[in-house]
Amino acid sequence: MTEGKEIKGINDNDKGKKRGARKKSSGEVGTAAAGKGGAPGVGLSGPEEKAGSGAMNEAAKAARGKTPKTAQADKGNQRGPVSGKKKNEAGKKPLKGPSSSGRPDRGAPVGAVMVVGGGVGGIQASLELANLGYKVYLIDSSPSIGGVMGMLDKTFPTNECSMCILSPKMVEVASNINIEVITLADVLSVEGEPGDMRVRLRIRPRYVDTDKCTGCGDCTAKCPVRIPDPYNAGLNVTKCIRVPFPQAVPGAAVIEGEVCRWLTKGKCGNCVKVCQAGAVDFEQKEREETYRVGMVIAAPGYKPFDASRKTEYGYGVYDNVVTSLEFERILGANGPTQGHVVRPSDGREVRKLAFVQCVGSRDVTVGNGYCSSVCCMYATKQALIAKEHLPALEPTVFFIDMRAYGKDFEKYYVNAEKKSGVRYVRGLISGIRERQRSKNLLLRYADEAGCMREEEFDLVVLSIGLEAPCGLKEGFGLEVNEHGFAAADSFLPVLSSRPGVLVCGAAQEPKDIPDTVTQATAAAGMASQTLHEARGSLLTRREHPPERDVSGEEPRVGAIICRCGSNIGGFVDVPAVVEYVRGLPGVVFAEERLYACSQDAQEWIRQVVDEHNLNRLVVASCTPRTHQPLFRETLQSAGINKYLFEMANIREHCSWVHMQEPDNATRKAQYLVKMAVEKARRLEPLAEGESEVIPRGLVIGGGVAGMSAALNLARSGFQVYLVEKEGELGGLARNIRFNRDGKDVQEYLRGLIEAVEREELISVFKGCRVVDVGGFVGQFKTLIRDGEGRETLLEHGAVIVATGGGQYHPTEYLYGRDARVLTQWELEERIAERDESLKRVGRVVMIQCVGSREEERPYCSKVCCTEAVKNALALKELSPRTEVFVLYRDIRTYGFREDLYRQAREAGVVFTRFDDEVRPEVREAGGALQVRVPDANLGGETVVINADLVALSVGITANPDNAELAPMLKVPRNAEGFFLEAHMKLRPVDFATDGVFVCGLAHAPKSIEESVAQAAAAAARAESVLSKDKIVTEGVVAVVDAERCSGCRICVELCPFEAVTYDEVRKVATVNTSLCKGCGTCTAACTAGASRLQGFRSDQIFEQIEAAASAWWD
Amino acid sequence: MAEESAARKDDDIRILAFLCNWCSYAGADLAGVSRLQYPAKVLDVRVMCTGTISPYFVIKAFQEGMDGVLIAGCHIGDCHYLKGNYMTAKRFQVLRETLKFLGLEEGRLRLEWVSAAEGEKYAEVIRSFTEEIEKLGPSPLRKKKAEVGA
Repeated sequence: MTEGKEIKGINDNDKGKKRGARKKSSGEVGTAAAGKGGAPGVGLSGPEEKAGSGAMNEAAKAARGKTPKTAQADKGNQRGPVSGKKKNEAGKKPLKGPSSSGRPDRGAPVGAVMVVGGGVGGIQASLELANLGYKVYLIDSSPSIGGVMGMLDKTFPTNECSMCILSPKMVEVASNINIEVITLADVLSVEGEPGDMRVRLRIRPRYVDTDKCTGCGDCTAKCPVRIPDPYNAGLNVTKCIRVPFPQAVPGAAVIEGEVCRWLTKGKCGNCVKVCQAGAVDFEQKEREETYRVGMVIAAPGYKPFDASRKTEYGYGVYDNVVTSLEFERILGANGPTQGHVVRPSDGREVRKLAFVQCVGSRDVTVGNGYCSSVCCMYATKQALIAKEHLPALEPTVFFIDMRAYGKDFEKYYVNAEKKSGVRYVRGLISGIRERQRSKNLLLRYADEAGCMREEEFDLVVLSIGLEAPCGLKEGFGLEVNEHGFAAADSFLPVLSSRPGVLVCGAAQEPKDIPDTVTQATAAAGMASQTLHEARGSLLTRREHPPERDVSGEEPRVGAIICRCGSNIGGFVDVPAVVEYVRGLPGVVFAEERLYACSQDAQEWIRQVVDEHNLNRLVVASCTPRTHQPLFRETLQSAGINKYLFEMANIREHCSWVHMQEPDNATRKAQYLVKMAVEKARRLEPLAEGESEVIPRGLVIGGGVAGMSAALNLARSGFQVYLVEKEGELGGLARNIRFNRDGKDVQEYLRGLIEAVEREELISVFKGCRVVDVGGFVGQFKTLIRDGEGRETLLEHGAVIVATGGGQYHPTEYLYGRDARVLTQWELEERIAERDESLKRVGRVVMIQCVGSREEERPYCSKVCCTEAVKNALALKELSPRTEVFVLYRDIRTYGFREDLYRQAREAGVVFTRFDDEVRPEVREAGGALQVRVPDANLGGETVVINADLVALSVGITANPDNAELAPMLKVPRNAEGFFLEAHMKLRPVDFATDGVFVCGLAHAPKSIEESVAQAAAAAARAESVLSKDKIVTEGVVAVVDAERCSGCRICVELCPFEAVTYDEVRKVATVNTSLCKGCGTCTAACTAGASRLQGFRSDQIFEQIEAAASAWWD
Repeated sequence: MAEESAARKDDDIRILAFLCNWCSYAGADLAGVSRLQYPAKVLDVRVMCTGTISPYFVIKAFQEGMDGVLIAGCHIGDCHYLKGNYMTAKRFQVLRETLKFLGLEEGRLRLEWVSAAEGEKYAEVIRSFTEEIEKLGPSPLRKKKAEVGA
C-alpha cells in the first residue's frame, strides 16, 4: 500500500467507477423527471382542495362570491408542479406520464429533496443539497424564509449582526434556480421509502402573485387594516398587506386573509387598485399538492414557550415584562424602536434591566424538564448589546447554572461579567409584582443563602425556552421523545425514527445556530448518500446573460452606500457620503440603501446597472470577505464581468470602530469610498480558469469523527484515504464505555471500525503521519510517512481534519499519588466492568472542571458535567447505598442531558457548588481521603467529606499535533490550540482555505454524537468539492507581460506554489494560472514591473494610495 | 471654513494600512464585530498577501503625504500563501533603511502580525501606532508636497 504505483491503480479504478455511476444517473433523467420543466412533483389538487378547512377556505368562498373572475377560480392551482384536473381524474394513482413506471430498479432514486422549514437550518440544508446536485423544494409555513434567526438582532459569541450574515444566504436561496421556495405551506403527510417519497402539502393562499409583486409597498400605504406585526413579535403594527420584512424571500407582499376587508366583507380592494404590477390575486385559495422527492429533511425549528403560562411572572399582564424574542426585536435596528432600549409602557430609556432565566425550561411544572441550551448565552448577549446601546444601563441576569458550554462561550460569559458590567445573580425568581404608578417591577427571589430578597427593575426580560414544533408526529409521521421533540439515533441524531426522513436543528433538540447548521449540512450529506446515483439528474444550469463588452468604454461607476439598518447609518452620515461620492470623477450614479444585501436590492442594482449603463460597481457596506460574492453574482447577472466590482468596508472598518466620533467616521467613510471608486475606475474584466478535481478525499485522524467522515464520503461514492497516526483505529472514544443513553460505545466503535475496514472505497493507513501537504482545492498532494520512514504520496481533492483531542492529565487532587483518586474515564471503566469492589465503596466524591475554565485553559470542556452525572447515576444503580457527591461550579447538562441531572438528584446524588475563585482540596489524613470544599450555598463555609473514591472530571485538550498540521494545511488555530473554523455561526466545519474541512474534537470539545454529526457535515462539505467535475479558479492570478519581462527568473524562485516557470524558448517567465493562488509575491519582486496581480495591479493600488492621501487635502 | 481645514491639515496625522486579506483584514473585521474602538486616522488597503506589497507602495504612500504606514499580515508560519510574510519581513528591513534616506523616522513604518482571531490586537496596534505617529507629528515629506503643490 505504500507504493505510489498501487495508489495510482486505485485512483484509476475509482475514476472509472465514478464516471460510470454518473453516466447511469444521467441516463435516468427521463425516468425521474415528471411533468413540466422536469419538475418531479405531481399535483393532486382539485378534489382534495374541497377538504380545505377553516377561515381561509371560507374567506376564499367569500371572495369567490364577490369577484367577477369566478369562472377562473381554479387558476390558483395552475402553479403547482404539475397541475390539472385531468391527472386527478385519472384516479388516485399519484404518478402519471413518464414517471408512472416508477423506479425501474432500486438504483434510481429521485434526485430531489424536500426541506421543510425555512429557518437557518432549512436554508443551509437547501443550499448544500443544491450544491451537491439535487433539486430542492424548500417549504416554509410562514410567508418568508428566515425563521427565528431572521428576527434576531445579534448572534453570540461574536455579537455579529444576525440578519447581515443570514441575508446573503437567503439571497442565495432566492437566486438559486434549483431551489424552489414554497411558502405558507404545511406538511400533511409523508409516504414512501428512501429514494422515492411523496409529500402532501397544504398551501395557503398568499393573495399576491410572487412573480409579479415588486415589493414596492404601494399597497401597504393604502391598506386600511392594521395588524400587530408578526416580524416584530407584535410590538408594533403593520398593515394587512405588506412585505413580511425588508429582506424577506420571496420579497413579495402577503395578505392576512382573516382580517382583509375584501376577503371578509367584500369591501375596500385598495390594494388591487394601487398595484401597478397587477399582483394582487384574490382568486388564490387553499390547495393541496403532492410532491415526489427522494428524501425529506425536517427542519421545522421550534415553538417559543408561551410565557403567559408562568402566571407568577405576569407576562401579558404587566407592560414591562417582555419575552427574550420581543426584546431581541427591541434591540434590532430594524425593530419597532429602531434599537432604542425603551420600555413598552412609557417609551422611557431602561436603566435597570433584569433577565429571568429558565422560563419554560428545566421546569417540570410546565412539562419541560429539559434545558433549552441557548438561553444563558442569548441573555448574556442581550445584556451586552443593551449595554452597548445604553452605557448607563445596569443589566442583571437571574439564573440557576450558567451554561456557557460551547466554543468560546465561557470567554464571552467571563468577559460580560468581569469587563462589561453584566451582573449575574444565582437565584430563581419566585414572583414579579408591578408598582402601579411607575410600572416598575419588583422581583422576588431567594438568594443562595436562602434569604428572600426583592429588587426593583424598569424592564424584565423572560428568557423563554424552546418547545417542540407542531406536526412532527402528524405531518412527518415521526416518533417523538417524551419532550415532544423528534426521536433520533443515539449516535447520529439527524437520523429520525423513519427512513427517508432526516431531522435537523431545534426540532431534534434545542440547539444554537452553529449546531443547527452542522446538523443541516449533515442531513444534506446523509440525503446525498441515499440519492447520489441521481445526482444532477434534475438540475437546471444557470445561464448568466452574455457579458457586455466594456472595453474602450469610459468608466461609468455606480456607487451604493448601505446604511445596514443603523449599523452604518447610526454612526456615519450616509447622505453626506452619498453627496461626496456623487462629486467624484467617473461616478455617474450614487445612492443609499437600508440594506444593500437584501433580495430586492439585488434586483434594484440590476436595474440601476442597466438604466445608467454602468460598467463599474462600488458597494460601500460591510466586509468583502462575506458579501463580495453576493454583489459579484448580482453584477454578473446584470451582464457585467463580476471583477468590475469593488467594496468599501465602512462597517467593520469604520462605523463599528469609531462609534464615538461620528464626524470622523463619516469623513473616513468618504475616503474609503473614494479609494474604492478610484480603484474601480481602473479595474478590468477578468476571466476565470477551470481546474480538474481528483474525486478522492483524505481524512486525517481515525477516531470516531474521522471514521464517520470517511464512511460518509465512501457511501456517497467517493474513494477515501484515512490516515491514523496510531497503530489502530478508534481514537479517544476507546476510553468511553457507555453513553448517556446507556448505549455501549465500544460496541458502536467496533461496528464503525469494522465498517471502515470492510468498505472497499476506504484505504486505511495506520501508523502514518502527514508530513507534507501541497496543492490546492481539487488537487491536493499529501505525503504521509509510516513508523519505518516509508513515504506514500496521496493525491486527493479535499481534506477533512479529524485529528481529535486529548485528555487533561491532572497533577492536582493527589491524582497519580493516591490510587483512590481516578479520572471519570477510569471510574467508568470500572463501572462498565461491574467491578465488585465498587459495591463496597461507601462514598464517592466527584470534582468538576479539573483542567477546564481555568487560566491556562479558559474554556468549558462541555462533556464533563454530563459524564459525571452519567457515572453518578450508574454508580447509584450498581449500589444504591453508595453516597455520591458532585462538587461543581455550574452543572452544564444542556438539552435533554438535564433529564440525567434531575434523575441523579432524585436518586440522592448530592450536588455541592463551589465558587469560581476557590477550589476543593483533597488530602490524605491517617490513611483516609478527605475532601474539603468551601460550599457556596453555605456562604463559603468549608465542608469536609471523607471519601473512599475521588473521581476527577478532567477536561478535553487540543491535540498538540495540530500545531504541526496547521501550517501545512494553511489553516488557523485558536489560542487553545483547537482549529479555528471559517465562521463561528454559519461555516462551522469549513476553513477559509478551500477544500479543507474540520470535525470532531479537532474543532472543539464535544460529545460523541456531536462529533459524528459534525463528521457527516464535514463529509457533505467535502462531497460538494469532490462531486464537481471542475473547479472554477479565481480570476485574481498573476500574469507576466512578456514585453517587459527581462527573464531574470526572480519570480520563478519566489513562487511558493511553483506556478511560475521560465519559458526557455521565449526567454520569459510564464504563470500556470491553475497553480497560481494569487498572492502576488512575484509582482512585488519584479524589478521590470512585468509581473502583475490581476485585480490588485500596482497602478490600481497606487490610485488607492493617492486617493487616501488626497482625501485629506480636500 | 478654509482656515479650519487648514488647521486640521497641520496637526491631523494620517496613516495608511496595508492589510492581508486572510489574517489582518479579517482581524480588523473582528475588531469591528467586537466593536473595539480605535482612532479614525487610519485608512486601509486590502491586499491578498503582504508579500504583494512592493516597496514602491510604501514609498508612494510617504510621497503622497502619509504620516505613517502600517503593514499587517499573518503570523510567521500562518501565511495563507506559505511564505509571503517571510518576504515581507525581509523587505521590511530594507525598507526601513530606505526611509532614512528619505529623511523619515524609522518609526513611521511598522510591521505587525495580526491573525484573523486577533481583533483586540489589531485595535491595540492602531491605537499605539496612531499615538506614535502623533508624537512624531506630520511627515516632513507632506510639507514638501504641500509646498510643491502650492
